[in-house]
Amino acid sequence: MYRGASGMYSWIGRRVTGLGLVLFLLFHIADTALLLWGPEPYNLVVRIYATPFFRLAEVGLVASVIYHGLSGLHIIALDLWDRAHSYQRQLVILEHALFLILFLPVAYVMLASWLLH
Amino acid sequence: MTDRFVMSRARPSSNFELATWLYMRVSGVLIAFLLLGHIVVMHVLHHVDEVDYSFAAGRLANPFWRIYDLVLLGLVVSHGVNGARIVIDDYVRSHGLRTLLKTALWTVGILFLVVGAFVLFTFQPVTG
Repeated sequence: MYRGASGMYSWIGRRVTGLGLVLFLLFHIADTALLLWGPEPYNLVVRIYATPFFRLAEVGLVASVIYHGLSGLHIIALDLWDRAHSYQRQLVILEHALFLILFLPVAYVMLASWLLH
Repeated sequence: MTDRFVMSRARPSSNFELATWLYMRVSGVLIAFLLLGHIVVMHVLHHVDEVDYSFAAGRLANPFWRIYDLVLLGLVVSHGVNGARIVIDDYVRSHGLRTLLKTALWTVGILFLVVGAFVLFTFQPVTG
């Protein structure tokens, strides 16, 4: 079993968010396919995305996308830059700092437009 | 300290693993850009409570979004299925179960890819 240092959290986070995103992807392809059956079935199903539970889940979805993407850029840095492993801890801190910088404003916009609507 | 990092630098041994290793990087970067556009348009400029049949029909009336969605669909399904395959390879020790899960994964992946592409190619809005 892989027991790394701080980079392990990036790796676990990438796996967990990746699997979550695949599950959402399958659901999202299925709901889009309902377009072929006309307005009624499509509107019935996509309406659930506007419920409070899914508005919150949507913020989690965007968090997963941003986390997974930054974590992916992190491993690309490890692949391409020979000295990256000497800065592994700094890269992990940078990755998580970037996550907060990107995610917090997006979460604010999403939640504000919902709650203040 | 160095030894542990040498392991993480090990390159895949077979051609398939090398190809998918490279593919995950290239597709990942492309997805990052395309998904950024998708999220900004669908979740920041617009919101999920606006999304209904007429919204989707209006969006798909533009060939640009059909092609955009088609490219994104192909990238995310292949990237996601390959990622899940790697997780199965890592955790499922039983040979039979591993084969079963991977067969199911590829079947579901190809099925959803075909369904998604079929929608993007053939969708015509119902009027009235």
